[in-house]
Amino acid sequence: MAPSTGKYLVETKNLTKHYGSLVAVSNLNLKVKTGTIFGILGPNGAGKTTTILMLLGLTEPTSGSARIAGYDPLREPLKVKALTGYLPDNVGFYQDMTGLENLYYTADLNGLSREIAKERIYTALERVGLMHAAERKVGEYSRGMRQRLGIADLLVKDPPLIIMDEPTLGIDPEGVKELLQLIKELAHEDKRTILLSSHLLHQVQAICDEVGIFVGGKMIASGTIEQLSSQLQAREKLQLELQVAPQDEALYRLCRSMEGVIEVATEGELIRLTCKKDVRPQLSKAIIEAGYSILHLHLRGFTLDDIYSRYFQKQEGNYDQNRTA
Amino acid sequence: MTKTGLLKIEALENVVQANKGLTAVIKKEISDHLSGKRFLILVLLVVVACLASLYIAATTIRSAGQGSDFVFLKLFTVAGSTLPFSFTAFVSFLGPLLGLMMGFDAINGERDRGTLSHVLSQPIFRDALINGKFIAGVIVLAMVIFGLGFLTGGLGLLVFGVPPTLEEVLRILVYLALSVVYISFWLALSLLFSILFRQTTTSALAGIALWLFFTLFAVFFVGMIANAIYPVTDSSSAQQVLNNARLELWLGRISPNALYDEATVTLLNPSVRALGFVMLDQLYGAIDAPLSFGQSVLLIWPHLVSLIAATLLCFAAAYYAFMRQEIRA
Repeated sequence: MAPSTGKYLVETKNLTKHYGSLVAVSNLNLKVKTGTIFGILGPNGAGKTTTILMLLGLTEPTSGSARIAGYDPLREPLKVKALTGYLPDNVGFYQDMTGLENLYYTADLNGLSREIAKERIYTALERVGLMHAAERKVGEYSRGMRQRLGIADLLVKDPPLIIMDEPTLGIDPEGVKELLQLIKELAHEDKRTILLSSHLLHQVQAICDEVGIFVGGKMIASGTIEQLSSQLQAREKLQLELQVAPQDEALYRLCRSMEGVIEVATEGELIRLTCKKDVRPQLSKAIIEAGYSILHLHLRGFTLDDIYSRYFQKQEGNYDQNRTA
Repeated sequence: MTKTGLLKIEALENVVQANKGLTAVIKKEISDHLSGKRFLILVLLVVVACLASLYIAATTIRSAGQGSDFVFLKLFTVAGSTLPFSFTAFVSFLGPLLGLMMGFDAINGERDRGTLSHVLSQPIFRDALINGKFIAGVIVLAMVIFGLGFLTGGLGLLVFGVPPTLEEVLRILVYLALSVVYISFWLALSLLFSILFRQTTTSALAGIALWLFFTLFAVFFVGMIANAIYPVTDSSSAQQVLNNARLELWLGRISPNALYDEATVTLLNPSVRALGFVMLDQLYGAIDAPLSFGQSVLLIWPHLVSLIAATLLCFAAAYYAFMRQEIRA
């Protein structure tokens, strides 16, 4: 019965959800370490929201189980919901109530006393910068303000685990920056665990400690971004960008003759080399010895975008099969 | 009285926490209802209707009903010639609308605004939300109905200067309580529709359709069915005619409106001694005197129980549907 204060705050075992013949989530084994930001990445319909709802106990899994700090969301929903703050995409507040009233309602639902509630609410509003709009009706709020009110709402509840569904959706770049900064603070300064889902890779890349890539209801890869990147590099060919003066036929011949180089292509000023391994030391030496000067040499690493699209492409075949199965 | 501090057992703590959630929901829903514009509009409508009926009753009673018994009750039941509606007729007609309006978007409205998942991710049991909404609705209804009843009674007191007897007060109180139960039935029904239908307009229309059916068409259909099963012609036997009428009465009682109207008449008109058919031999030896309060209540007891049962049935269906429903928008 006691909460397990293990290494993983969120753990699922073969979590599966079917909607009729559609497999929304299949055999998910997710582990989120306490005190980290975990990003669930994937295209729309990959099962991200379904997973989150199952973690909260708002949707019943078809099979498998989930544990939040050792509690089963189905059997002990109140424990789980007390430990977890949930920020849905397009968070819903009562339009004809003020921001302050909405937060007081949350505090009431959490059974906070009036004094504690007041203190937390004003601190939270201060922190998200909504003090000036506290007395205004939420119906008049912009989307970004509503999202910040959502964060204030989480702060009022003050849970050790925060789950956010597409937190940056539909917010302008400046707002996203502020929001991500807030999320980072929530994790690192307040020592909370954060699980967030997104299909906006760049934004998430900046703040996630670990990511899981979801496609068609399956988590096809997980780990830190570096791990995923090196996993890919081990299997994929490398891309080198090279700019050399003067650029002539002899140079191409030189490049092609290098051991490990598979393909040479030009892209405007740049020469793009596809190679089996990192040939930069040998290549630069050979080029300089041949009397050329190197203007630019760059090994293209794998950004999350690359990782994501690679994994996604790889899985697309299976993904379609799942849908029609 | 149990003090929360004394409760050590986890399960009991859960119950306490769940009740905190429930009271929070009730508090919020009540203030929502009372500050809402559409609620204001409908209550104003009902108030105006009741004042109009009071005025009619006042003029009618002065000219006609002088000196008769139970003058105070007549305030609620007498209809005039210019406005053929009494207080009771208005409540019977507009009450269901009040109930429907309070509940038709209870759940699907929250779903539309995205507040449902937000509220349910707080540490409350799922049923706290629907229980809270229903209880808050009943509380508000009770406030409105009793408020209206006392308003009408008080004004009547000013107009006539005839104080009500204890029996009249009791009858009015039971009548008002009955009205709350009746309107709660419609509230539970609209709550059910708000769960079954995803669109608020659909659930509102479904409620209004059912209301129209019961108030306008049910009588017509019931007559049709009765005539189909026991056709009555000029040459029909007395038994056939009786069967026809009896079937019509019993089928009619499926409608909560019919139950409510019968119960209202019995409560507010003590001279009603029986509901349904009375044979001549049964009348033999009966004394033509008003029933006592207790006897009247006894007469409508089945009606009251049926209305409460129908309300609870509706609410149970809503509860069941809600507990099993997917929360995602």
